[in-house]
Amino acid sequence: MSIDKIWVLAEVADGKPITASLELISHAKSLAGTVEAVAYGEGTSAIAGTLGEYGATTVHDVGDLGGSLPGAPVASAIAAAIEAGNGPDAILFPATYDGRDIAGRLSAKIDRPVLTNVVGLVAGDGGLTTQHAIFGGAQIATARFVGDGPGLFVIRAKSFPAETSGGGPAEVVAAAATESGPTDGAKIVASHVEERTGPKLDEASVVVSGGRGLGEKENYALIEELASLLKGAAGASRAIVDAGWVPYSHQVGQTGKTVKPTVYMACGISGATQHLVGMKNSKNIVAINKDQDAPIFSVADLGIVGDVHKVLPKLIEALKARG
Amino acid sequence: MNVVVCVKQIPDPAAPPSLDPGTHNLIRAGKLILDDSDAYGVEMALQLVDKAGEGEVTLVSMTPNGETSGLRTALAMGAAKAILISDDSLAGTDALGTAKVLAAAIKRAEPDLILAATESTDGYTGTTPVQIAEILGLPSVTFAKKVEIDGGSLKVERQTEAGYDEVESPLPALVTVTAGVVEPRYPSFKGIMAAKSKPVETLTIADLGIDAGQVGAIGARQEITDVSASEERASGEIVVDEGDAHQRVIQFLEQLKVL
Repeated sequence: MSIDKIWVLAEVADGKPITASLELISHAKSLAGTVEAVAYGEGTSAIAGTLGEYGATTVHDVGDLGGSLPGAPVASAIAAAIEAGNGPDAILFPATYDGRDIAGRLSAKIDRPVLTNVVGLVAGDGGLTTQHAIFGGAQIATARFVGDGPGLFVIRAKSFPAETSGGGPAEVVAAAATESGPTDGAKIVASHVEERTGPKLDEASVVVSGGRGLGEKENYALIEELASLLKGAAGASRAIVDAGWVPYSHQVGQTGKTVKPTVYMACGISGATQHLVGMKNSKNIVAINKDQDAPIFSVADLGIVGDVHKVLPKLIEALKARG
Repeated sequence: MNVVVCVKQIPDPAAPPSLDPGTHNLIRAGKLILDDSDAYGVEMALQLVDKAGEGEVTLVSMTPNGETSGLRTALAMGAAKAILISDDSLAGTDALGTAKVLAAAIKRAEPDLILAATESTDGYTGTTPVQIAEILGLPSVTFAKKVEIDGGSLKVERQTEAGYDEVESPLPALVTVTAGVVEPRYPSFKGIMAAKSKPVETLTIADLGIDAGQVGAIGARQEITDVSASEERASGEIVVDEGDAHQRVIQFLEQLKVL
């Protein structure tokens, strides 16, 4: 399978394509002659310029979904576009909630397997080869599809840089309308946006995260205060999100956010493999944990074996004293 | 209200995982236990059936080797019965192949609602549930942090990158639940005893009309060509706190010009 054409799912948030989609478009441009985007919602024309700058020459517009969850209708639209001919050799999806849904449903619809948790993608003879971080990132598995395409790939954020290549706006082409069927039954009736102060977790250059070692919900305030003093974002391990101490939007890890800040501080976090996957490529890692055998110390550049209840308040006080 | 819960029996995550050096498949030998992520789906199903006042919870699971101990744990929590598809040809099956097998078994149970975890703890592909929904022609809602049935329709709070959405769907439908959705019960002694005699219907893929070519390594149409150690981070500095470790942190941050 030689790679002539790659499609990339361009998810939109706040009227702009998400960074993860731009990362995929730029990377696709290094792999294939033609890169096209697939977008849905009302704002496709408004993003055609940005998609073009990053390398897409066409954007297939699925249009307004009328409140439906994207999984089923967007998968149908992509399947129909492939059927219509001029389909791609590969389709790249960002590993977001909707990206995973669309990729999974499309996979079943066109009976093609899907590779997920992709962190690397290269072209070779015989097609595209993927890399996957397994066992918490301790090992890298290399994989590929066997058989007919298109290959479906769900790719983790921050696997590639997002780079513009100076292209003109992508041409907007309406994707053929498909009949809505029973699979399209799930509808969004209300959206709730969590309040956030400070930088976004997956964009902050400093992230301070807390885990079960904090002991109780109230102690998360130490994490928030430290994050704020360092002008960073506050994150969390899955353990404390599951326990209801903080909302899911704070979660860093396998099913949470992937972060690559200049400094990641893991406080009271043991370093379970599913957490490491989300932060192990941070430039500098500081860990504070009272267990010297905690796995987090194997990735920390500076590891403090100590009690977060003692170290954090002193750290906060000292930072405040600096003014 | 009949609910099917898809459950997976996995090697104990506390034990170090390993890959078969030849096929690069995850080695699933030794004791298999109920995937922790599935306890939430089982509990949610039990609560929904309880609230509805009638119906039952059926477990559906797939294994290459006839294992049932994880199923007994879920039966001990209160599920009524299980359908287990067990077949040698299932070794090395990928997510889509798994979805085809589970969908065929689920169809026999004709549930009002299908629950699953967002992803398994050992494979974490994360697509099998929506692939099942597509094969069965059903709507799906993933990453549910709250699930209710109200007047015959499904109401879910679904996590999003920005917060959460309220989503509604007619039944039948498939929902994947996150860990925070409910607190799973511990099976009681009575439950554990009762589980021993609850029915586990065992099927082969032939019983479901599925061809061996659709499953296993062949059906997967993908292969792992290499596994190697990733670049290790150079070992870092360790400081044991004796009251002043916070100063070292400040120094570290200054050196990085974060302060």
